[in-house]
Amino acid sequence: MITAERKPLEEIIEYIKPFKRILLLGCNECVTVCAAGGRKEVGLLASGLQLALLKSGSSIEIREHTLERQCDPEYVEELVPMIGSEEAILSMACGCGVQQLATRFKDKPVFPALNTKFMGGSLSQGMWDERCKGCGDCLLGLTGGICPIAKCAKQLMNGPCGGSTDGKCEISDDVECAWQLIWNRLKALGQEDRFLDIMPAKDWRSGGGGGPRKIIREDLAE
Amino acid sequence: MENFEPVIVAFCCHYCAYTAADMAGSQRLPYPSNVKIIRVPCSGKVDALHITKAFEKGADGVYVAGCLDGDCHFKNGNDKAAKLVTYVQNYLEEIGLEPERLEMVRISAGMGDRFALIATEITEKIRKLGPSPIKTVAA
Repeated sequence: MITAERKPLEEIIEYIKPFKRILLLGCNECVTVCAAGGRKEVGLLASGLQLALLKSGSSIEIREHTLERQCDPEYVEELVPMIGSEEAILSMACGCGVQQLATRFKDKPVFPALNTKFMGGSLSQGMWDERCKGCGDCLLGLTGGICPIAKCAKQLMNGPCGGSTDGKCEISDDVECAWQLIWNRLKALGQEDRFLDIMPAKDWRSGGGGGPRKIIREDLAE
Repeated sequence: MENFEPVIVAFCCHYCAYTAADMAGSQRLPYPSNVKIIRVPCSGKVDALHITKAFEKGADGVYVAGCLDGDCHFKNGNDKAAKLVTYVQNYLEEIGLEPERLEMVRISAGMGDRFALIATEITEKIRKLGPSPIKTVAA
């Protein structure tokens, strides 16, 4: 999923200060799962903003709504009959959702209430870690299902480096050495030989080095 | 200010603090009428939004009263509530409200005297803090 965290209240208030009526828009997908921008977080942010603004002597009308998905035009279209006197939209979706709104509603300012962080998974309740950098050329089949791009601080293709000690990365004791994890996993699978294969330098064009990426499925595209 | 009577909302767990409030009543123990009790099935049921809404509606102080350590009827709802209270205290600080206006307390069902004592102490603490800036603005 795409993970995110709420921006500091102060920054959000700066965005919405000039307006009297805003639409606070959540998303039911990834940001709901990572407890950053679902219906519940929309309610809590609306309440926090009201309190902060009332304290400073101003007020704002906040309409709360949560879409099934903010990154799909079909769902964003649902807003068309709804949006009336709201002067701006404050989005609690990831950056994809914010941009979808900005594209659709050209006459309304759209602001992000979240900082989009990374593509990750849940470690346990309330904890998420980065798992994928979206490099566009997945290596997991060669590395025992552990990604050296997302999990190695240097994104080494043929690790580990000299900074790996007792399975930990030199950047922090909290960070496991990805290449140690890969070695452990290959060993457990009886595929130690694979460790000797030299991986060539990665072509980063598929990972964004060639400019913004796009997928076109000719059979689906209209 | 001199006549300030704070409004305090107490979210009380049905299995402990709420029963303790009942006990305080049976024992004829006085406690300030400023405390408005909301019974919840477990302190872990209290949501951050319940707390912020209480402040939005004019509460000067809020406390969540759960069971003693290890005594939760639902295993660990009281510990979850304690974590939530810390989280909301940080949020209140970000909003610009004193985090001391929110507190987590632990009471067992038999502690009528402790319930009355806590209600009195928290009322006094909030009285010293003064009216919530939200209410001052709204008024």
